[in-house]
Amino acid sequence: MQALYAQLLVGLINGSFYALLSLGLAVIFGMLNIINFAHGALYMMGAFVAYFLLNLGGINYWWALLIAPILVGIFGMILERTMLQWLAGLDHLYGLLLTFGIALIVQGVFQNYFGSSGLPYSIPDQLKGGVNLGFMFLPIYRGWVVIFSLVVCLATWFLIEKTQLGAYLRAATENPTLVRAFGINVPRMITLTYGLGVGLAALAGVLSAPINQVRPLMGADLIIVVFAVVVIGGMGSIMGSIITGFALGVIEGLTKYFYPEASNTVVFVLMVVVLLVKPTGLTGRAA
Amino acid sequence: MRNTISALLLGTAMVLSVAGVASADDKTVKVGVLSDQSGLYADLAGPGSTLAAQMAIEDSGLKAKGWTIDLISGDHQNKPDIGTTIARQWFDVDKVDTIVDVPNSGVALAVNNVVKEKNGVYINSGAATSDLTNAQCTPNTVHWTYDTYMLAHATGQALVKAGGDTWFFLTADYAFGAALERDTTAVITANGGKVVGGVKHPLNTADFSSFLLQAQASKAKIIGLANAGGDTTNSIKQAAEFGIVKGGQKLAALLLFLTDVKAIGLETAQGLNFTETFYWDLNDKTRAFSKRFSEKMKSGAPPTMVQAGVYAGLTHYFKALEALGGNPHDGAKVVAKMKTIPTDDPLFGKGEVEANGRVTHDAYLFEVKKPSESKGPWDFYKLVGTVPGNQAFTPLDKSTCALLKK
Repeated sequence: MQALYAQLLVGLINGSFYALLSLGLAVIFGMLNIINFAHGALYMMGAFVAYFLLNLGGINYWWALLIAPILVGIFGMILERTMLQWLAGLDHLYGLLLTFGIALIVQGVFQNYFGSSGLPYSIPDQLKGGVNLGFMFLPIYRGWVVIFSLVVCLATWFLIEKTQLGAYLRAATENPTLVRAFGINVPRMITLTYGLGVGLAALAGVLSAPINQVRPLMGADLIIVVFAVVVIGGMGSIMGSIITGFALGVIEGLTKYFYPEASNTVVFVLMVVVLLVKPTGLTGRAA
Repeated sequence: MRNTISALLLGTAMVLSVAGVASADDKTVKVGVLSDQSGLYADLAGPGSTLAAQMAIEDSGLKAKGWTIDLISGDHQNKPDIGTTIARQWFDVDKVDTIVDVPNSGVALAVNNVVKEKNGVYINSGAATSDLTNAQCTPNTVHWTYDTYMLAHATGQALVKAGGDTWFFLTADYAFGAALERDTTAVITANGGKVVGGVKHPLNTADFSSFLLQAQASKAKIIGLANAGGDTTNSIKQAAEFGIVKGGQKLAALLLFLTDVKAIGLETAQGLNFTETFYWDLNDKTRAFSKRFSEKMKSGAPPTMVQAGVYAGLTHYFKALEALGGNPHDGAKVVAKMKTIPTDDPLFGKGEVEANGRVTHDAYLFEVKKPSESKGPWDFYKLVGTVPGNQAFTPLDKSTCALLKK
């Protein structure tokens, strides 16, 4: 029983990453109608920026949490301005192929310079060590990841669903022409939204840097699972992607306990089941 | 996507093959370096193995004696089907004589069959499974550098004798992990120890926390990491996070490469005990080679033992070809010749190719230095012991290789 609690908690930790990443994907898909395959590469860039900030600039983890998402977000906005915006209104496939190509290029460049085994990034001193919860030894850093990403997820949800800005955004997605008629700069809002989604990916990258290696392929390994999470949760649903992210982390954690060999595939099995039963995803709206 | 890439590769290979029409001159040799060029083993083998092969060709001096030696390389992407497709392509179309490197035991065993079928030469340096020179040995295969038997005996025995008598395994769920766990378990039980549990994780796992919690709960004194590359570095890093070493359990990285230690960082890796058969800073000869090597590497990294094994294996292969006076394009014949000449190269020293294809050379027990002891960017290891070549590998009377039963 104790072991079960421990696995549930570990699942929540992984779920935090799934939630942060799938949230960014959901925001981008919901607002821009783009299936952002570059998400994993941008997540990886977030981790690398944190590494560079620390090793070249002496800038610590806490500042990296702020600076890396902004820098990578700007990179994302440049991508959106120069390439993605021309695909608006075209079939999803074009955006998917373009972002997939971008991901391959970015990963290739990083791999060329930094190899495949990765670079070390240590846990900030303030979050080192752990606490004994009785049923498990919880590294403080992992606890921090869960709480921090939960806060960020809820804040993003609040921003989009409950604020004036979010209302504009949602309206701009529904009917860009009409919203433009009200004097709102829709293209700029779209660019900022893409920047926000990308920033979330970079933030997840910084959070994961001390846990995993900072590796060029860290995103490529994760992104497929995250896409499955988004599909299960329902494309474009903000809350759906948050809840599904955490829930799938837990389910995966339990699989690692009961039948570890299947832990790589359980998410995809669930995806197939969900697609058969409810093709729009658990919380998705019909397209 | 992967399929597209392999299709492109095949396409490229076909174009190359049209250019390289086989000539009747028997002083031509074609070497193929088949490796993981972009995945989790790319740093410990990959492009560095190709470089090592190039250096072996240059250093052999055969070109000055009228030989033509061509080199091609391929990416098996850690998939046995892709590995065998490339191997067949190389033998059938490109007229490759020798395949070298091939990390990833799953791919290595699959390619092993193709090389035998095509009667080529197979100099494996990158794969760990001891099956290559036991149950699945062939007259065409030579296994350099290391294998699971050696790792299990050198590291496993040292740890059990030091009091680590209960073990829990974290095992990569494919041929290599299974072989390493099997061979290590044999050593543990033979020395009076006990395996109390284990968990098989998928290859290329990012998060080990679930598995580490199970290892922690097992209360085993030693947590044996029967995995490699990125899986090992992630396990070690995350074990530190979960306070496993501080809690009194010891990690045994059964297979650890120089590039892994670099990736983990000395801060976390310090004090780990493990076995390798080559280290760049062993002696003047290894230092001289490594200096030349790292100057040509984009990352400036010195060679890993796998890359060193590619160099040494090819060097020995060229010696055999020279002794034969020409390339008979008959793999079994060349390998038979390789078995009659004692091995002697600057990186692994003296040894021999045994009848089952196993190359014996010394193995070294290392300990990772403390950050304060390290004087340079790749100064990582302290030598703590040497296992002589004739004791490090499977004794011939215990080898299950069918070639020995004549």
